[in-house]
Amino acid sequence: MLRVITPVMNLIEIPFRGAQRMLGVPLIAWVFLVPNILLFGLFAFLPVILNFVYGLTGGTNVLLADRPYIGAQNFNYLLSCDNHFDPNTCRDDKFWRAVYNTTLFVTLQVGFMIAFALTTALILNRDIRARGFFRSVFFFPVLLSPVVVALVWKWILQREGILNAFLDWLNQTWLIAALSGVTTALGGEALDVRGISWITDADWAFFWSVFISVWAHMGFYTLILLAGLQAIPRDVYEAATMDGASAWRTLRRITLPLLAPTMLVVLILALIKGVQTFDEVYAFTGGGPGTATTFIIQYIYEEGFAGQPRLYGLSAAASILLAVVLVVLTAIQLWLNRRSVDG
Amino acid sequence: MASLWSMLTATRGRNGRLHWTDWASYAYLTFGILLMFGPVVWLVVSSFKTPNELDRFPPRFLPYVQETVEVEGFSDPLQVYTVTEGDLAGEHVAQTRRAGTRAEVVRPDAPDDRIRLRTDQLQAVERVGFTTSNYTELFERFTFFRYLFNSTFITVMATLIMLLVNSMAAFALSKYEFRGRTPVLLLIIATLMIPQTVVLVPLYLLVTQMGLYNSLWGVIIPGAATPTGVFLLRQYMVTIPDEILDAARMDKASEWKIFWRIILPLSAPAIAVLAILAIMWRWNDFLWPLIVLSENEKFTLQIALFSFQGEFQTNWPNLLAMTVLTLLPIACVFMFLQKYIATGIASTGGK
Repeated sequence: MLRVITPVMNLIEIPFRGAQRMLGVPLIAWVFLVPNILLFGLFAFLPVILNFVYGLTGGTNVLLADRPYIGAQNFNYLLSCDNHFDPNTCRDDKFWRAVYNTTLFVTLQVGFMIAFALTTALILNRDIRARGFFRSVFFFPVLLSPVVVALVWKWILQREGILNAFLDWLNQTWLIAALSGVTTALGGEALDVRGISWITDADWAFFWSVFISVWAHMGFYTLILLAGLQAIPRDVYEAATMDGASAWRTLRRITLPLLAPTMLVVLILALIKGVQTFDEVYAFTGGGPGTATTFIIQYIYEEGFAGQPRLYGLSAAASILLAVVLVVLTAIQLWLNRRSVDG
Repeated sequence: MASLWSMLTATRGRNGRLHWTDWASYAYLTFGILLMFGPVVWLVVSSFKTPNELDRFPPRFLPYVQETVEVEGFSDPLQVYTVTEGDLAGEHVAQTRRAGTRAEVVRPDAPDDRIRLRTDQLQAVERVGFTTSNYTELFERFTFFRYLFNSTFITVMATLIMLLVNSMAAFALSKYEFRGRTPVLLLIIATLMIPQTVVLVPLYLLVTQMGLYNSLWGVIIPGAATPTGVFLLRQYMVTIPDEILDAARMDKASEWKIFWRIILPLSAPAIAVLAILAIMWRWNDFLWPLIVLSENEKFTLQIALFSFQGEFQTNWPNLLAMTVLTLLPIACVFMFLQKYIATGIASTGGK
């Protein structure tokens, strides 16, 4: 490895020596920065400007010169609704459907994920044997690729999958009969747990999308929360024990308040990522059935790259709207980071 | 309720004896193992089953294969059955032909004596066995190695470029006092607000204009500079004492030599963490390759896997095998490096 790298590095050194002779030592820093700044400029800042150009132009051509200026039409099209709480009354019902799906998804996913991550972190923070092992158990799915996550669960949830087999078996036991008795007694329908199509039923597909997403990302937040818990000084707890505080009180009055900054960071991070959910759900349900699990990124992707004709303007306009949300969230995140560094 | 909380908060077992809250904690963690590993284990075990076995409902946990026997006069091994009723009840027979509900069988020791039976009189003789045919078929019928090469090429190249470019920037921002340093830092922070997902259309334009559409480099280059990488490395390089640099300058080392002979080796731990993260991101990358790569020839494993499941909705045998092969490298990384990944991710806060 080093034998390959050394000549390359020596080769780069030649122009560098020249630059150093010309610029002097402090200014050579710019030469080190150039590749990075060039990449950022070309693939982050320039696209932001171009995004607005796309958002304000129409047509189906990707080349900017061939795109007619249409003002705010794309934005108007996306945003005009008779009633903003009912996607069916919107001109672009798919966009609003995606907005609502994303909002609901993020609320549920972030809520459950933080609840489970906090529970897990609190348990791992106890005097647990093999803590490192258990920590990595919960972390393992984080490493899996979204497509693999989707397929792993699709295989379990498919119509003739192991979950349905398990429910079939459960159905023969007294448990389901008893539950069924309760539901019918309450005036509901008898419980039928056989042959449910988890992926093609809209509500179940949404449920499992949330579930899979929590499953895949929970470990990451557990890790951060655990680090936050371990940063709380032990003597605070010892003092609480001396004062005879109950465990419940210790949690309420010491652990949670001291963990609050970490919780906030985790919340914002989870929101930023949750809003951009696409990969695993798209591989899992393809956004369906219908548009039941279509989220904003999928809308952007499909308008711009998968549909015919390719509506780049609409896609760019939608991503600008998404960017507004992300910029706000990221600004909060940076502000929180800064505060925790200063404090 | 209060006792539930005490379970969640108690930090110490009492007097060396396990309190019931400890039991509850271990129960939770055991359930965690099942829930986190179980689905993947099930996938891996399933991938070693024969297609027939995969169609079976309800499924059995372990893979089974039917016992076969070599019989004189037949070129292929024959499947072995137990006869359940009739004259031959309880005996093992080898099936030579099957048509509808009728089967022709022979006794392995008397291959010339053809016996006709109804298929419902026969029960397959099975044993636990791992079939690799799903995998071998994958290699023969599909260009699996092409995808593997594409994924590996993208991951390796993107990681190397990213490490070089980001460490150069981190070096400049940590070891030089120059006008414009703060604006550059702010600029890099600003890129945190621009994830790839919100600039897909312009990125697509740029990549097509550079002639990189449907090329592996089109996947590699746009993601080469990351704010996370720059910050992670800078944080580490700031702690390297300036005296070392000054000493090297006294010895007339060029700044580039200082960078790659002194700073890079000294930052090895941070670079290792970033390398692991980069490998993970690139190997698992999905949306951008999905947009840039249009031909089957150029697909990465992830994209191939994705398009595979669309095309062959029911071809689970090969799909399972391919999924296992795709998660294999990550599983290896996990086993050997999980400690470093955990600390790395905790210190960067993810992507």
